[in-house]
Amino acid sequence: MVLKMKINYDYDVIIVGAGHAGIEASLAVSRMGLNTLLITSNIETIAQMPCNPAIGGLAKGHLVREIDALGGEMAKCIDRTGIQFRMLNTKKGPAVQAPRAQADKKEYQAYMKKILENEKHLDLRQGLVEKILIKTKNNKKTAIGVATLTKVEYLARAIIIATGTFLNGLIHIGNIKHPAGRAGEFNSEALSKSLKKIGLKIGRLKTGTSPRVHGNSINFSKLKIQEGDSSPQPFSFTTKEISCNQMPCYITYTNEKTHKIIRDNLNLSALHSGNITGIGVRYCPSIEDKIVKFPQKERHQIFIEPEGAQTKEYYLNGVSTSFPEEIQKSFLHSIPGLEDVKIIRPGYAIEYDFVYPTQLKATLETKEVENLYLSGQINGTSGYEEAAAQGIMAGINAVLKIQKKGSFVLDRSNAYIGVLIDDLVTKGTNEPYRMFTSRAEYRLLLRQDNADDRLMHFGYKFNLISRDIYDILIKKQDLVKKEISRLQKTFVSFEKNNLSLRQLLKRPEITYQNLEKIDKSSICTLEEIKKEVEVQVKYEGYIKRQISQVNQYKKLEKQKIYDDLDYNNITGLSFEAKEKLNQIRPISLGQASRISGVRPSDISVLIVYLTKYRRNRDKSKC
Amino acid sequence: MLNDTIVAISTSLGEGAIGIVRLSGKDVLGIAKKIFVPNKGSRKLKSHQMRYGRILSPDKNKVIDLVLINYMKAPKTYTREDILEINVHGGIIPVRRVLDIVLKCGARLADPGEFTKRAFLNGRIDLTQAEAVIDVIRAKTEASLKIAIDQLQGGLKKKVFEIRNLIVKLYAKVELQLDFSEEEIEEYSHEELAKEALSIKIRLEKLLKTFNSGKIYKEGIKVAIIGKPNVGKSSLLNELIGEKRAIVTQFPGTTRDTIEEVINLEGMPLQIIDTAGLRHTKCEIEKEGLKRTKKAIETADLILLMIDSSNVFDEEDKKIISDTKHKKKIWVINKIDLPPQLKVKELEIKNQSPVIKISALKRIGIEDLKKKIRELFLKGDISSKDDILITNFRHYKAIQKAANSIKEVINTIEKKLSLEFTSIDLKEALDSLGVMVGETVSEDILNEIFANYCIGK
Repeated sequence: MVLKMKINYDYDVIIVGAGHAGIEASLAVSRMGLNTLLITSNIETIAQMPCNPAIGGLAKGHLVREIDALGGEMAKCIDRTGIQFRMLNTKKGPAVQAPRAQADKKEYQAYMKKILENEKHLDLRQGLVEKILIKTKNNKKTAIGVATLTKVEYLARAIIIATGTFLNGLIHIGNIKHPAGRAGEFNSEALSKSLKKIGLKIGRLKTGTSPRVHGNSINFSKLKIQEGDSSPQPFSFTTKEISCNQMPCYITYTNEKTHKIIRDNLNLSALHSGNITGIGVRYCPSIEDKIVKFPQKERHQIFIEPEGAQTKEYYLNGVSTSFPEEIQKSFLHSIPGLEDVKIIRPGYAIEYDFVYPTQLKATLETKEVENLYLSGQINGTSGYEEAAAQGIMAGINAVLKIQKKGSFVLDRSNAYIGVLIDDLVTKGTNEPYRMFTSRAEYRLLLRQDNADDRLMHFGYKFNLISRDIYDILIKKQDLVKKEISRLQKTFVSFEKNNLSLRQLLKRPEITYQNLEKIDKSSICTLEEIKKEVEVQVKYEGYIKRQISQVNQYKKLEKQKIYDDLDYNNITGLSFEAKEKLNQIRPISLGQASRISGVRPSDISVLIVYLTKYRRNRDKSKC
Repeated sequence: MLNDTIVAISTSLGEGAIGIVRLSGKDVLGIAKKIFVPNKGSRKLKSHQMRYGRILSPDKNKVIDLVLINYMKAPKTYTREDILEINVHGGIIPVRRVLDIVLKCGARLADPGEFTKRAFLNGRIDLTQAEAVIDVIRAKTEASLKIAIDQLQGGLKKKVFEIRNLIVKLYAKVELQLDFSEEEIEEYSHEELAKEALSIKIRLEKLLKTFNSGKIYKEGIKVAIIGKPNVGKSSLLNELIGEKRAIVTQFPGTTRDTIEEVINLEGMPLQIIDTAGLRHTKCEIEKEGLKRTKKAIETADLILLMIDSSNVFDEEDKKIISDTKHKKKIWVINKIDLPPQLKVKELEIKNQSPVIKISALKRIGIEDLKKKIRELFLKGDISSKDDILITNFRHYKAIQKAANSIKEVINTIEKKLSLEFTSIDLKEALDSLGVMVGETVSEDILNEIFANYCIGK
């Protein structure tokens, strides 16, 4: 008999990094009742927003609503610390509307820190993690803990790494470069090495940020004001109303003079002098890139966003740059309203290591090392919301695995979170990955307004949503159903026709508000219910079509692939398919079909093979 | 996927006196009821019983064909699903018409090897046969893929890519409005977008018409064999037909002097016209024959100009050359088994058309000739006068589906609905064309946006 070495675990789960991913992961784990350690290199920068001070936006707002429905914290935090709320795309349809808010940066951090500090099963600690501790048995690697710079070791049943841009981070300003995780913070070279050593493939990306300037040096009289919505709508299902004082943003534009300064000095920019090897973001280009790539454009828009109520710092959204500070100053001075502007923090570009996300399972656990999870920017994404979404999913999955309760994977028809993770683990990414509504095939079903309907039952199941909150949702859903059935049964005479209210509402020119004038017996009082009813009735045809598309999609998705399948043994698969399938190891035929290089004929072969495999299995069981 | 009803022509196209259209799936009986009326007896179909009757057009106004059908109820069938076999009169047109009607009733065109695949998945085929099934699927897929790619060369490929790019551009404009509305982007009005969609629709429909005129499938490419008497025209005709026994239809010529045959050259129907030998004559009957021959030259898409290499090149040959000089042609130098009298090199210098040397009698060079005809056809060097582009039924269906999707796009835009509702159909249109060109969509749209619009803060 072999004696099992028993490990004395310090914690159930350790989370490394207290950014947006690390926070959601830690909260999910501790709220699900497991002992949690959140370890970060700097307690002062918990929930930092190193880029623009805002949460949400198109597709990102969807993610925040979904995180909220699962019981995450991001939505609640921004509802309490937001200083300008806007619902975007209100002139467009329901599927592409999304909330966005400017955050009071320091308040946001303070709120999150307080939440973490008050969490029952959560320990918060400052420390620079340098190494993942691994146990190897029968060639299988399992993560069992972490070690810090000061040689402290913590052991745990699962490790979640959420270190953002800190792995081997290198900041560029002009031709000056220095190692840093973010401006003014240490990077982590050792941890990146440790990840490489345990067998993960690492790549390099870059991103950049804009200068922050002093408000007293801005000539606001020359700027266009952009106010928030007059009645701000909260992100979270649980928030009753937004009570923070609201602040405006401002808009200005670059001009030909700005562009000339930039063109004349291009060779001084870190991005254009060939100093940076990492791959950059196409949708978040530096001002240098914009001028070079789109020379015909006469001006570029700049949003001037307050960083908070207690600070004079403003973020210049739209002029991300890696010029030397002198050039940053001189091109900014050519812009109306910024003629005398003083830079507090210069813009910079940062290069960092990331782990190719195709090495992850859909649970965000690495395939190479058991019990090691990665979430956030380390997986090649960009954006606070994308990070937070991965954080909560990694947290929930780490807990479920420890509790031997299976896994929690959202698919592409469930949520933007599902689209995000499926894209990452199936297709991978070569540039920082940002969510867009156009990435979601079933966009009409994945609306921000129905995130709760889609996902809150999961949050409730995992104890991340309270009974009280869940009951309110059930009641709301019931009211929507009742109202739709009432609309169907109530007939009115309209333009000499006897029509049901439902038929009437289907007409493009009729809104729910119009109905209320025709028919006084409405039982709806809540705006959100009216809206939901309107969406469901008005777009029924399109929604039905999407549902049938989803059903089609689910058929392949439901066909699971056994974990121990050896693709090399399957005759008939193309060479490329074998290679890709062995690498990605998809969990379903659906996922297999989305891998680039896997052709429909390969899927046919797989279907036949799996049937044979299943029958053989069943036979041997008998 | 596995539950829908599939259909395919299960006899090879253009061969045999009857063609069988086979359906498998749960909606087989429903479709049968829609399209089939027995000539006698109850309308109810019993399993495993042949019935004689009519196939009607969907509006029930037209009889498409008189057929024998055999309905077989699951599970005692090849696929273990309900199966319907429709025995249609042979030839390309009736079989295709029946297939088209079945498709209109909701069946889907089967993938290569799909009947066999279903037979296996439903447990009809033994486990040991599984590998063989995979091979079948593989082989058929590869073959059909190759054919599809071949056929996609030339004009059609260019047109499909052009249209696909237009759709990508339109789609990108739509997504730009949706995903980047916060930025300073060009806004496109509903009218502009509708106009663009309309022009795409018109292009697709124009393309569809090149199939609708259906000339290739009704008659094939017209190939006329022209030459002096006794040059070996009829022998060549017999060789072309005989070798593969590929006779589809045989119309007697309008006169005794021209005979038309339709042959199936690797799925490509050719209508071959054997003409009376061209020569000067005073005989009235022969004169009439020559008139017909000249007409055949005018209507032909390709001339096989036959020269006898065992004879000297004479005035009659020259006359024929001048009569056909405006036509696409292949020089067929016959009787190369005999001692040569003709300097073939001279001919080659004089003209741009390909030259193939054969012996119809000894069956030498026939395959080369067929290969050359096929090559010219696929390269788009010869086609019917109506500029026929679509020759493959799958391609036709794909383009038709794309056209319908674009119609829906226009509908949605005209209803003034938000643009996100157009993207369902834009994506479906691209998916349909993607089946033809083998390219996926999703990343394309974002690429298009980032390449053409200055996006990002």
